[in-house]
Amino acid sequence: MLRTAHVKIATAAAGLALLASACGTTSGGGTTPSAGGGRAKPPSLKALGSVGAGEGTVNILAWAGYAEDGTTDKTVDWVTPFEKETGCQAKVQVANTSDEMFEKMGSGTFDVVSASGDSSLRMIYAGKVAPVNTALLTNYADVPAFEKDQNWNSVDSVAYGMPHGWGAQLMAYRTDKVKPAPDSWSVVWDPGSPYKGAITNYDSPVDGIAAAAVYLMSTKPDLAIKNPYALDQKQFDAAIALLQQQKPAVGTYWASYTDAQKALESGTTVVGSTWQIIVNLAKADKAPVESVLPKEGATGWADTWMVDAKSPHPNCAYLWMNWETKPDVQAQIAEWFGEAPANTKACALTTDKTHCDTYHAQDEAYFSKLWFWSTPQSDCLDGRTDVKCLPYSQWSKAWSSLRS
Amino acid sequence: MTALPPAGTSVAPGVPAGRRLSAWLSGRPRVRLAALLAPPAIWLTLVYLAALLALLTTAFFSVDEFTNAVTRTLTLSNVRDVVSDPAYLRASARTVGVAAAVTALCTVIAIPMAFFMAKVAPARSRGLLVALVLTPLWASYLVKVYAWQAMVQPGSGVIAWVLRPLGVDGPGYGLMAVVLTLTYLWLPYMVLPVYAGLERLPDSLVDASADLGAGPWRTFRNVVLPLAYPSIVAGSVFTFSLSLGDYITVQIVGGKAQLLANIVFANYAANLPFAAAIAIIPVLITVAYLAVVRRTGALDNL
Amino acid sequence: MLLSRRGRTILAAAMGLGLAFIYLPLLVVVVNSFNASQVFAWPPRSLTTRWWREVASNTGVREAVLTSVEVGLVATVTAVVLGTLLAFALARYTFFGRQSVSVLVVLPIALPGIVTALALRTAFQTFLGVELSIWTVAVSHATFCMVVVYNNVIARLRRTGTTAEEASADLGADGFTTFRLVTFPLLRGALLAGALLAFGLSFDEIVVTLSTAPPGVTTLPIWIFQNLSRPNQAPVVNVVAAVLVLLSVVPLYLSQRLAADTVTAGRL
Repeated sequence: MLRTAHVKIATAAAGLALLASACGTTSGGGTTPSAGGGRAKPPSLKALGSVGAGEGTVNILAWAGYAEDGTTDKTVDWVTPFEKETGCQAKVQVANTSDEMFEKMGSGTFDVVSASGDSSLRMIYAGKVAPVNTALLTNYADVPAFEKDQNWNSVDSVAYGMPHGWGAQLMAYRTDKVKPAPDSWSVVWDPGSPYKGAITNYDSPVDGIAAAAVYLMSTKPDLAIKNPYALDQKQFDAAIALLQQQKPAVGTYWASYTDAQKALESGTTVVGSTWQIIVNLAKADKAPVESVLPKEGATGWADTWMVDAKSPHPNCAYLWMNWETKPDVQAQIAEWFGEAPANTKACALTTDKTHCDTYHAQDEAYFSKLWFWSTPQSDCLDGRTDVKCLPYSQWSKAWSSLRS
Repeated sequence: MTALPPAGTSVAPGVPAGRRLSAWLSGRPRVRLAALLAPPAIWLTLVYLAALLALLTTAFFSVDEFTNAVTRTLTLSNVRDVVSDPAYLRASARTVGVAAAVTALCTVIAIPMAFFMAKVAPARSRGLLVALVLTPLWASYLVKVYAWQAMVQPGSGVIAWVLRPLGVDGPGYGLMAVVLTLTYLWLPYMVLPVYAGLERLPDSLVDASADLGAGPWRTFRNVVLPLAYPSIVAGSVFTFSLSLGDYITVQIVGGKAQLLANIVFANYAANLPFAAAIAIIPVLITVAYLAVVRRTGALDNL
Repeated sequence: MLLSRRGRTILAAAMGLGLAFIYLPLLVVVVNSFNASQVFAWPPRSLTTRWWREVASNTGVREAVLTSVEVGLVATVTAVVLGTLLAFALARYTFFGRQSVSVLVVLPIALPGIVTALALRTAFQTFLGVELSIWTVAVSHATFCMVVVYNNVIARLRRTGTTAEEASADLGADGFTTFRLVTFPLLRGALLAGALLAFGLSFDEIVVTLSTAPPGVTTLPIWIFQNLSRPNQAPVVNVVAAVLVLLSVVPLYLSQRLAADTVTAGRL
């Protein structure tokens, strides 16, 4: 590692230079740390000009359930038809965390990634992913406007990816144990919560701290939090204090959705942060579980297909993004994984006709109540310039300390 | 031995090249040593040692706040953060505690088993008993952890089911489940060396102790235990260091408990220098443990 | 040995309890593979062979097994060569740094798995500038498998001494002939035990594989690990787990057959 930093910087610079000379598509190099007090800009990379013939291979880094090739379940396969139609052999690696995705992108090992908002901005600023040419994304027009140009998929109105799907970080509760039915996050944050020891929290630095901040937005208005991902030191400390105070009451911090489902079914967890799919699976097993979007609002995740800045197979990468966001494929994924499809044309094609309603796929009012995962930066995401916000590295350190 | 070539050590021109090389080598032990040592030593140094030192050096680097890239700006802040945050001191204590508990449990379970196998069971069934203890080593690690998830699972687990008539719940996920699972995983690594050690121990020593009037407990404490001690230490190298480095078991059955390896894993992608700073702790503990063990000569007993 | 009846009974009971502790969880795995329910709950309410049939047609598992075998074979051959060379160097020669080398070879397996994994990953990606492939997985596995071969061979070399080889040399055999006809036959059991253990270690490795495998290279442990977190996959994972438990008697049977003393003398 003596050379890591060296190599990383050198390769980043070399990569940019290479792109500049080879493709004639870049106009500068490196992250510009804001001369004259302006905001930092990501390295300027150009998007692909046109989609040519496929290169024969595409390397995909995805969440489990996003790129199924029939090896998990014979009937769940949209990768094989993609390979047949485009001639691009899809090599899929499943990532377990956003941090893992961040670490693995940027070297050309992968062509595309299904990035969540808590890593996308980091990837953009690190020059790991290139902007996308939305004119080449055949399904881009079918994505509702409210999902576009957001700070988990774009910077300065430049799109860095194709929206894939989204979901809310809801509150799940056992209807037999949590009475009356809760409508507020106070049941998980209040120190006097009767559900002490049976509360669950999602194990992620970005979501975990932001969830506390969302609660503080309505309970501690004097902290003046405008965006739960843009916290200055004082606001951040308040969120961490809330989490520390909650810690003894937390039964589990869940990372895999199976664990969350099992805990709800067995009743070791009775209330806490969840995904709709977890609740659906638990209900399918006849567990008395419901979900609610509490009145304070909630965090949420929106996943975006992004192209590696050094993608060796950019044509196949675009072919993949176009395939993955076709209405019929989107319908399959949305039902298999349990999320709102980005392409709302999929809503007519789902097996369960109420799928899009269950997941509020076309509901802008619902969408706007959610605070979608974004990568915290020292330039506050809410636009404040008089203070510095805590960057992701501080968030992850604080979360690590909290969990240790 | 029937195919041995005829005698004669002088090497004349015209003999096969292999023989000439052999003769040449036979007078040059240093060359032979170099030829033997170089490939593995280069491999271990290049692939492993250099990488390890480099990883640990990263603890003194920083990360870029925008890009999360490692930059070579030297800093003590990662190490300072680790040392000054009581959360990590607690995590270290918890990790060493778990490793020590696993080692102790493995020892307590292994000694009577090994003693039975080496001294009580008829000689012809020894091989079978050893095989029975060894078999689970070949069943996948993940499968065994998975089995223990089913054992300890709160409410619907096997242990909970067994204890239900008594009105007690199972252990559920947590440190207790971690200790149980790790004990299960590493038990054969303790039974085997202790068995090998006891097997070498002559029966007459134990009998002599009994003849001299010592009770079974006294014989065990004053004769068997001291003689088996190097083997126990050898086994503990596995039980202790493997426990110290495990994070998958903790992920699966640990509930919200975190050990050092989990913290390293949770941080490495986002902040490699910080992860490296934490990784220094278990590395130092393991190296210290190995150094102590080496002094007892138990490494030769592995 | 003289031991009271009571003492014997207590020890036999301890042995029985120990074996029960070892085998009960494995039994649970096997029974659970017939559990009709997708969600684990003990005891199973109804049994089915449906999941076994589904696994038989699961191509993902088959490819993963193949990948694991390929990696295991390359790693084992490399580890046998390097571990044996090292054992000879350390058993037959004294040199400066001998003790350090004997510790160095233990480190890849004694240090926390996550540390070894990260060190190897960064070594490939930054030091050596190698792209991750099935070969980087095999090289990494060989690095920590070396120690089990080394341990087995050096133990045998220490026990056998050099008298047979000296006799061979006195009778006029050159170094290579002696190795082929005298040393190698003496070592065969130790080499097989070491190779078997090395293959087993490689076949089972998860932490190092996760961080040194490129996309598309899925070994069996990686396949299991990925599918553990998918609700629809639980029954299939159960069956694969049961198969692995049942198959674990094979290497044991092999080692019993290969050499009578292999198992008892086998070193971890």
